[in-house]
Amino acid sequence: MQEAMKARAKELLADGSVNRVAGWKIGEFSYDITPAIFETAEEIDRDFVYDDFCGANLSKYLISQSRKEGKILVFLKPCDSYSFAQLLKEHRIIRENVYIIGIECYGKADINKIREKGIDGVLGIKESGSSFVIDSIYGEATVPKMDVYAERCLVCKSKKHAVYDELIGEEGDVVPSSRFDKVAELEAMTPDERFEFWRGELSRCIRCNACRNVCPACSCENCVFDNPNSGIANKAAADSFEENMFHIIRAFHVAGRCTDCGECSRVCPQNIPLHLLNRKFIKDINEFYGEYQAGENPDEKAPLTNFTFDDCEPSIVYKRGGNQ
Amino acid sequence: MQVNDNKDFQPTIVAFCCNWCSYAGADLSGTNRLQYPANVKIIRIPCSCRLNPIFILRAFQRGADGVILCGCHPGDCHYTTGNYYARRRMSLLFSMLDYLGIEKERTRVEWVSAAEGAKFAATMNEFVDAVTKLGRNHRLEDLRCKKQ
Amino acid sequence: MKKMQAANLNDFFRAAAAAETVYLPVDSADGARFMKYEDGVTLSMACNTTRSAKDFFFPQVENLVDFKVDGKKIEVIDGREEVEDFVIFGVRACDLASFEILDRVYLNTPPVDSYYKNRREHGTVITLACGRPQETCFCKVFGIDAADPAGDVTCWMLGDDIYFRANTEKGEKLIAACGSLLTDVDEAPVENAKTAIRAMVDKLPIKDLKLDKISERHLLENFNSSVWKDLYESCIGCGTCTFVCPTCQCFDVREFKTNEGVKRFRCWDSCMYSDFTKMAAGNNRLSQLERFRQRFMHKLVYFPANNDGVYSCVGCGRCLKSCPISMNIVKVAKALGGEANE
Repeated sequence: MQEAMKARAKELLADGSVNRVAGWKIGEFSYDITPAIFETAEEIDRDFVYDDFCGANLSKYLISQSRKEGKILVFLKPCDSYSFAQLLKEHRIIRENVYIIGIECYGKADINKIREKGIDGVLGIKESGSSFVIDSIYGEATVPKMDVYAERCLVCKSKKHAVYDELIGEEGDVVPSSRFDKVAELEAMTPDERFEFWRGELSRCIRCNACRNVCPACSCENCVFDNPNSGIANKAAADSFEENMFHIIRAFHVAGRCTDCGECSRVCPQNIPLHLLNRKFIKDINEFYGEYQAGENPDEKAPLTNFTFDDCEPSIVYKRGGNQ
Repeated sequence: MQVNDNKDFQPTIVAFCCNWCSYAGADLSGTNRLQYPANVKIIRIPCSCRLNPIFILRAFQRGADGVILCGCHPGDCHYTTGNYYARRRMSLLFSMLDYLGIEKERTRVEWVSAAEGAKFAATMNEFVDAVTKLGRNHRLEDLRCKKQ
Repeated sequence: MKKMQAANLNDFFRAAAAAETVYLPVDSADGARFMKYEDGVTLSMACNTTRSAKDFFFPQVENLVDFKVDGKKIEVIDGREEVEDFVIFGVRACDLASFEILDRVYLNTPPVDSYYKNRREHGTVITLACGRPQETCFCKVFGIDAADPAGDVTCWMLGDDIYFRANTEKGEKLIAACGSLLTDVDEAPVENAKTAIRAMVDKLPIKDLKLDKISERHLLENFNSSVWKDLYESCIGCGTCTFVCPTCQCFDVREFKTNEGVKRFRCWDSCMYSDFTKMAAGNNRLSQLERFRQRFMHKLVYFPANNDGVYSCVGCGRCLKSCPISMNIVKVAKALGGEANE
């Protein structure tokens, strides 16, 4: 897979169809891969990598990259392509300047899950069938891939690309996913339990803005939380209210546009399950207004810029199950 | 579920009212000398869909115990479709607040036309009662804004 | 040198907590973090905490002053109070070194930061020698000895025993208060352990990072280097690296209008943010490239230039672990340092 991608990227660079390549660059250890822009075949030969740790979604980089001179080649995994398609729908990317190669993906590993298993001092990770062989300062360990795949990959919703110009590997299908199970579990709790749960999670927030800055749906030029004229700008949560405020407003602002790519939870240095907020909105939208997947259909109106005359009333919230 | 045992508790209610229907409805309830509690602070907005979720959260931050949005009945919006959008937004926002464990009875949407002065007063009476029962808002308060 | 059985550690914490609040690293959902000692809380065995120990002396948000406004009358309320004494147990060598860097900024050069000073004077630091360094550790690059950190008291955990050595008067007092749990012993086992830890540190992959081409002498060369352009593009401009960093010390002073007046507070700021040090005349670093460069130039060039060659990095490796896109000071130093690091 990686070799085919490298060869194709070099080919496209050589014949001048693209000027730059957005991909993943090898790090110090096997797991610390950085998104990067490659301009020459030598750079690609030396640094380009595609493996189980290339979790980073490249689509948001295209907002700025597609505005630069020349054409850029980007490799998109199925879930990344949904983010790309959604950005396209919002006119944030200049499509003519981007050449997309869709690549297959069977899940990406999460280094934190490896560390949680007590495997530390990781120096290198090799693939061996359906397992990883991990070389560390403190010895060698083998773990099944499935055990250390990211949560978002274990509940993958689609192996099919929303948009691409050409494919390397096989195109998959939309797959059944159990991604709303945890949301349903929270919904079944009492409000007090839910409140405790979210206080426990959100109180860890250090307001580093990683979730916002990595999010392909968060593409505002100036966020309300950075804008001193908005009245709610803040750099750190000085009160627990501000922790709640930031996450409610952020989740609300991406409601109906969030493709559930899971980047927010991947990047959180405090391990907060932020995807559970976005998934709640997706679940509600599906239940109230019919199934909707952001990024899937370029012509369909987004649920929050659309309505029907017989939409449910907000009082549905009081009537619905919800324990008291 | 918290129960208010403070008999003297007077909630602060913020009512966002659409300029064309509900604000006029509030006016009418006044001219008709219908009574509703003084706890209700009305903020006039041009249309129910002007209500940014940030406004609701800030109202809670600054001491509101309940927030109600009043707008034209669906189909009667002065701007034709504004309240349809507001309806979707509020449904999702209230559901999210509930998901975070914040009492859902603290937020409400009610459609009140310019002719429904009686409905406006009745709605406010009922909402103030409901919020009084819940007591002070602790889950979405900002401790810095508390009276010392 | 004193010794205690590891099984008695909780008794030690209880004895220390009787006099003052004790904080120690505890395992939680976000990895190890410093928490207050209470019955039932157990020490984390993690190499280090996810967030640094700087929070104790330089918290993320700190109230500076309150203004009570009543008509045209403005009352200024200085809410400063003496901080109560507290003990931090389990600070690693890198974090201890970070306190010295923060001291250089807030204590050693006037004006002295009285908020910082207040906390610093009331804290007792018990360091813990590293037992299990990680691949991301590179404290040796900065001359930090993971095997023998200073602090008020130094601890070594060797199998079933914990060894204590008081280094300061404060430390002596603390040890004396827990005297009944400790017995006097010879230093030999600790010396052996130190040798073992140093041997372990010598095996770490990035302990040989070369910084000799990154310095004040190469300032312009470093500043104008082409590597910034190659590296900055992946940076998403979040504040993760600055907030988990034990030595990042920038803050912003903000005001919050309460219902009765104004609260003035300071909070951590990040040079990665577009409104960092924004002034009336606008912003002095307009592109992410400049902001990205600023962070690393500050740590590796500007800070040492003004502080007797001391780098503003202690090699704790937190940014290596936390950066959303795995861009970090090691990658930058390698790129900037040229062939020496290939």
